[in-house]
Amino acid sequence: MSEYASPDSLVSTDWVSQHLTDANVRVVEVDVDTNAYNEGHVPGAYAWAWNTQLCDTVRRDILTRKHFEKLMSETGISNSTTVILYGDSNNWFAAWALWQMKMYGHADVRIMNGGRKKWLAEAREVSRETPAPGAAKYDATGPDNSMRAFLDQVMAAYEGRSHQMVDVRSPAEFTGEILAPPGLPETCQRGGHIPHARNIPWGKACNDDGTFKSADELRALYGAEGIDGSKPVIAYCRIGERSSHTWFVLKYLLGFDRVTNYDGSWTEWGNLVGVPVERGVVAAKV
Amino acid sequence: MKVENHAERRIEIGGWEVNLRTYQIGETFYCKADNVSPGANIARSTGATRDEAEQKAISKATERLAATKRRAV
Repeated sequence: MSEYASPDSLVSTDWVSQHLTDANVRVVEVDVDTNAYNEGHVPGAYAWAWNTQLCDTVRRDILTRKHFEKLMSETGISNSTTVILYGDSNNWFAAWALWQMKMYGHADVRIMNGGRKKWLAEAREVSRETPAPGAAKYDATGPDNSMRAFLDQVMAAYEGRSHQMVDVRSPAEFTGEILAPPGLPETCQRGGHIPHARNIPWGKACNDDGTFKSADELRALYGAEGIDGSKPVIAYCRIGERSSHTWFVLKYLLGFDRVTNYDGSWTEWGNLVGVPVERGVVAAKV
Repeated sequence: MKVENHAERRIEIGGWEVNLRTYQIGETFYCKADNVSPGANIARSTGATRDEAEQKAISKATERLAATKRRAV
């Protein structure tokens, strides 16, 4: 069995339990909000809410460099801190945080394999105490937008067939049967997908316990749909967080060197006037 | 505190597959309902018993899922 391309990008729940009091380690639970964190969390973990702390709340964008530095500082994270991210939904939003931290040049950020689900299922210790605000100096670099795809780049990639495009939403979203995940608000005018994209739902990269599948299994999963890294890859979903999970898998577990996350995703493309949209299932591989 | 009585099961609500994850922390039972595909959280609830927490989550999930429209493709 082959190893992940960057095995150090993951830590186990055991590793975390052994480093809870390590002064150079900060554990952060990341989710769409902090409701789950408030129920009980990894002892000593901080909380970041995706919708208020990891996005620009005025314009649609990632955090500005200044706001990113402020968040790190307030969490007690310095440039040399080892940051362990985890969250609910198989680390869905933790991957978004990692993507953003990588763009701003943080050297040592990793994901707790299995996330909140595995920690709970293993009947581990949890806490309801919120750590005191941190106070650390943080100087970000970037953002390094080579990890990110913008609309004009995605359009050029579509027109030139220069990239492998992977739509990581559910099959029903991909075909246009539904405009948003079941139970969530519709946020686009049209359903379907970017023509030529392949549909590999993000969750297929995970085992039932929330951990990532093996490198061989992942290579087979993406390879079966023609996503093999021979061309640059663009991952997208609805709002860019599920695709940050796939971006992490392709870049750090499979070692693809040219993979970007299109965070505008379907809420951008599916609301544009005049762009090509395909509906239903498309069989042809890129 | 330790997590106790962690369990998961799948049910169907209005034609949608839903995953219910329930666990106890302290005296409280917590239930999370997600929509399986793609796995997004659609309801969280608490209760004094597993059944109470699950029924509240199912009720909230049912309401939210009822608003999802299927389109012909």
